[in-house]
Amino acid sequence: MRAIVSLLGRDLRLALRLGGGGGIGIAFFVLTVILIPLGVGPETATLARIAGGVLWIAALLAALLSLDRIFQADFEDGSLDQLMLSPLALEQVVLAKCIAHWLTTGLPMALIAPVLGVMLQLPESALPALIIGMALGTPALSLIGAIGAAITVGVRRGGLLLSILVLPLYIPTLILGARAVEQALLDLSPWPALGLLAALTLFSAALAPFAAAAALRINTR
Amino acid sequence: MFLDLNKLCCRRAGRLVFHDLSFRVEAGQAAALRGPNGVGKSTLLRQLAGLIPVAGGEARLGDVSLVRDRQGFQEQVAYAGHLDAVKPALSIGENLTLWAEIHGNDAARAEAALERFGLDIIATRPAAQCSAGQKRRLGLARLLVANRPLWLLDEPTVSLDADAAALVADLVREHIAAGGMALIATHVELGLGDIPTLEMTPPKADAHHQDDPFLAGSWT
Repeated sequence: MRAIVSLLGRDLRLALRLGGGGGIGIAFFVLTVILIPLGVGPETATLARIAGGVLWIAALLAALLSLDRIFQADFEDGSLDQLMLSPLALEQVVLAKCIAHWLTTGLPMALIAPVLGVMLQLPESALPALIIGMALGTPALSLIGAIGAAITVGVRRGGLLLSILVLPLYIPTLILGARAVEQALLDLSPWPALGLLAALTLFSAALAPFAAAAALRINTR
Repeated sequence: MFLDLNKLCCRRAGRLVFHDLSFRVEAGQAAALRGPNGVGKSTLLRQLAGLIPVAGGEARLGDVSLVRDRQGFQEQVAYAGHLDAVKPALSIGENLTLWAEIHGNDAARAEAALERFGLDIIATRPAAQCSAGQKRRLGLARLLVANRPLWLLDEPTVSLDADAAALVADLVREHIAAGGMALIATHVELGLGDIPTLEMTPPKADAHHQDDPFLAGSWT
């Protein structure tokens, strides 16, 4: 357990230090959302209607931006080989890295989202659904993304290939996340969508460590 | 404890790298691995580290089999390859402390290892400022925080100065004196005296050993 915490701490430190790219995903998220009113125009009704979808799409793209760093750096400098020989199971390593990725991208995005929601004229009543939805759904982005990152780990400039592999798998998260906001906007209960979002995250948490570890074992041969 | 290779084979992308490799290293023994470039020394070490699947034959460490219990085998092995697994954004001390913690040891163990390699005076420096030799020292210092009986060293003295190379020889001697084992791929004299040597030779291009019909030449 202490070993996992050490590894998690290392990944967080690496993400936050210079060149780690931890803040870049968040900055990208904020900038993308700020661009929307400039492109679509300032009408309150239009912006409020598309706000949920826009925020979620921006979140998917921002998560994607930092995904290739999950394993790539460790693969290139030999750390991945050493982690495979460590007393930790590779599945635990994958899980620790997913948590670190979520703490540096998904969680900050869930915290900033209400501010950006207000900017997009999203009524106050829809904000809880947005925050809870982001908090429940973004771990699935890190977990599903880790599978793609593990598959493309040995590929030079694998980021593009990674996007093509992973974006289709993000569709359920996008639909449910945007749906929760929309339901709240229409004064309907967002909980069915939020419940399914949580189920999706749990399902990916059960599957991703094994799938990603298997892909990594093949790629380090 | 002993390391026993019995007719070990390795295949990469259908190409036979080596086959029928048999060798034995007893507890308290270091062995050198020699042979021309490209003969498969690094591949053999990676295979024994459990990173490349075994294509045939068997490797055993005591009664743990690499083929049947890879996880158990890996837990006995410390591997120092060409890559030093050093994170440039962390300090030298942080780099090693992390590996000590992952292997269930405390920071004091990491400090002792840094001191041994003469890295303690620069422990707070970012590893990005390390020279190639300092990085290699840091990579080798990981052996001391991992407490594993079998060391697999892939050209450990590359980019090290004479003092550090002598230090590596000292550490290997201490390790085997404590009952450990070491298999060292090298092209230079290690200063370990007369140790058993596994001399690797390239396999003959032999259709019998090829699974892949194209590589075996059947398309001609």
